[in-house]
Amino acid sequence: MSKKAAKKGFTAGLGQLTIPLVAIAILVIFNLIRDPSFFSIEIKHNIDGNSVLAGNLITVINGASELAILAMGMTLVTAACGGQDISVGAAAAIAGSVFVKVLKSGASINAGTVILAFLLACIVAMIFGAFNGTLVAVFNIQPMIATLILYTCGRSIAYWINGGATPTVDSGIVKAIGGFIPGVPIPTPVIIVVVMAIIFKLLFHFTSLELLTQSVGINGSAARLNGINPTFIKLLSFIILGVCVSVAGCIGVGRLGLINHETLLLDVEMDTILAVAIGGNNLGGGKFKILGSIIGAYVIQTLTITLYAMNVSSTDVKAYKAIVIILLVVIGSPVVKKKFEKFMAGRASKKAASEAKGA
Amino acid sequence: MQEESLLQMRHIMKRFPGVLALNNVDFTLRKGEIHALMGENGAGKSTLIKILTGVYQMDGGEIKVEGENVTIRSPQDAQKGGISTVYQEITLCPNLTVAENMFIGRDEKLWVRNKEREKKADEILTSLGIPARARQQLGDCSLAVQQMVAIARAVDMKCKVLILDEPTSSLDDKEVNMLFDLMRDLKSKGVGIIFVTHFLEQVYAVCDRITVLRNGELVGEYLVEDLPQVQLVAKMIGKELDELSSMGEGVEKKTVNNEVFYEAKGLSSSDALSFDFSIRKGEVNGFTGLLGSGRSESVRAIFGADKVNSGEVKVNGQQVKITKPIDAMKHGIGYLAEDRKRDGIIADLSVRENIILALQVLNGVFKPISRSEQEAFADEYIKALNIKTASRETPIGSLSGGNQQKVILARWLLTHPDYLILDEPTRGIDVGTKLEIQKLVLKLAEEGVSVTFISSEVEEMLRTCSRLIVMRDRHIVGELKGADLNQAQVMKTIAGGESGHE
Repeated sequence: MSKKAAKKGFTAGLGQLTIPLVAIAILVIFNLIRDPSFFSIEIKHNIDGNSVLAGNLITVINGASELAILAMGMTLVTAACGGQDISVGAAAAIAGSVFVKVLKSGASINAGTVILAFLLACIVAMIFGAFNGTLVAVFNIQPMIATLILYTCGRSIAYWINGGATPTVDSGIVKAIGGFIPGVPIPTPVIIVVVMAIIFKLLFHFTSLELLTQSVGINGSAARLNGINPTFIKLLSFIILGVCVSVAGCIGVGRLGLINHETLLLDVEMDTILAVAIGGNNLGGGKFKILGSIIGAYVIQTLTITLYAMNVSSTDVKAYKAIVIILLVVIGSPVVKKKFEKFMAGRASKKAASEAKGA
Repeated sequence: MQEESLLQMRHIMKRFPGVLALNNVDFTLRKGEIHALMGENGAGKSTLIKILTGVYQMDGGEIKVEGENVTIRSPQDAQKGGISTVYQEITLCPNLTVAENMFIGRDEKLWVRNKEREKKADEILTSLGIPARARQQLGDCSLAVQQMVAIARAVDMKCKVLILDEPTSSLDDKEVNMLFDLMRDLKSKGVGIIFVTHFLEQVYAVCDRITVLRNGELVGEYLVEDLPQVQLVAKMIGKELDELSSMGEGVEKKTVNNEVFYEAKGLSSSDALSFDFSIRKGEVNGFTGLLGSGRSESVRAIFGADKVNSGEVKVNGQQVKITKPIDAMKHGIGYLAEDRKRDGIIADLSVRENIILALQVLNGVFKPISRSEQEAFADEYIKALNIKTASRETPIGSLSGGNQQKVILARWLLTHPDYLILDEPTRGIDVGTKLEIQKLVLKLAEEGVSVTFISSEVEEMLRTCSRLIVMRDRHIVGELKGADLNQAQVMKTIAGGESGHE
């Protein structure tokens, strides 16, 4: 009996995380069958002479970093506003451009200037987030429509910031952001994801923001009559997303050592929204789990890398990705969920009946 | 009246996880009969209806329509079998015309001529005596007429069984009478009507038979003549008569003469005209008037729920500014909104989260209530208010109406307000819970809490309030207390003939 209850509690606790976890498990198993050495990790020496971790698993986890960070912020916006920000890629290009512009304007690049550049990039991204947020929260514009503006013009703004050039930043510190910190074998972007996840965790632990955001997303009118300011909560969610955007943008710059306003995090917005959806979050707002979205990001990245490893050409990858995503989304849909629950309930009651008979 | 049975439900069983929602329930509907289905919240009325309409599948039992066994797996099956439902909330599209609403989703052909459709709609509307025209936008009709259009749609689908689920809860007396005329007309045409309502008088005005459910079990089927109102209530809540009357007596109110807690002069909002108002500590007062008289708008202005335009407000003698809900809450004012679904519950969140919400907001973003404290608060109020829920983690949306209301009450009680505004706290909930809430109001008053109580049932207000403010056409037209607190006087003041010589 107690075993049964524990089991029930376990699945109930997993709840919305079931599907993304199962998806990632299937992908891992599939790869292991295909190539048992697929996930082996080895230690290599990179050009700078550091010993670092390498292997497909590291590639996946490292490559999904920007996506995971953006998905965290996107989850919050989705929960509060019941809509998505499609301008995150463009906004990240702006943040990256500001980051490079500040670095380039100084005489030399040291830790101090990098932090200053990052903070300025953050502020700029938060201002653009506030712009999106104002359109959504104050003027009640659909989030996708509101953010379409920045989606359209964001990369042009990024272009102006550095006068149309794609300047390179020759600095070990900046490279370390996108690569490895000397002496640390784990890729820096992965460490940043962990730090961001912890920051979110602490944010929800030391504030009641989670409850307030969910309340606004589920029933804004009732939330307001309970003293919550829905406008502020929605605005705040966009500003927090702004922070995520600038972090992702700076990682992107660090990876290449330059800013390319045209290609930096291109088309990332759709993957971000997808990560939120695969994570089991309702795109219509309300209850949410940041962890779900993070796992969702890794699902997408594992899928992409798997396809590449199977020698699918990069033009075809998108089509194959679409097929898998259709499957995931359909399995996670309320219709299938209900059918599944019914099926399980039917089995449970049959089992109970046979047990009763046996007794 | 014909005695031929139209619908027979036998030994219906329905189990939900952890609850036996319906246990061996029988229900019979005859041709040309209006049959009331009564019971408290959670008695199994809606479950039975949802089984009949194919929303839920039964776990056991059988359904016969005109003597033939039927299986109902979906709402479409139910409609094909001649069973139609009109719900409490209008489920039509307000931005389409009446005719479109009547035929939408039912046209056989892809292309239908509007003219043809409108002609047919007009015929039906005239034959049923519904005051609407086919080309009118549905949204322009009154709620009652919209409801009647929904019925016309159901009737035209050749329904034999018509289910009316709380159709009258948002209608005024005149509109209710219009609806009743339509129901009687359908009855004479041989349609069997199942009528679900919380208004006892309406049962006696229009029904032939009553079936009472309690805790998922059948209590009995009665002819209306054989079951006086008091006995009906007793059957519904399962208590003996004398017990019931003593519950009424336990409710005792007194006039207070403490100091004034809240005072407003010339308060007005985007929705309420300027008015003066004050309330003493430990006083229970009421706002009464017809729907749309401005009673809700006035209390919303007190709480800052709508945009406040002007007014001088004093709390405990101190001049304060209340322009938004959080201001009011900080001054110890709580407000239970009229529309529970729209303005009260956060449906997907748990009972626990719904209970602590207002207190959490008051505490501020940076002082989250710890999980263990939340659980303690939730458990305390679930017990104190006797909230029926599977657990404190159950989403509030899956509770019955009365229990949802108790959760919202708990939410405000947890903030320990000095002044609690309750706008229609007893609407759409069962008799037992109604009495519990009235008693709670008086208990709060005894503890020194000021309460403003609004209800469309004047009796309820007379029982609890020591002062009644009467509103008409968005103005305060009278204030009744002491000996003037009786039904006749209230009606007179509402109607506008203060001396009653009209």
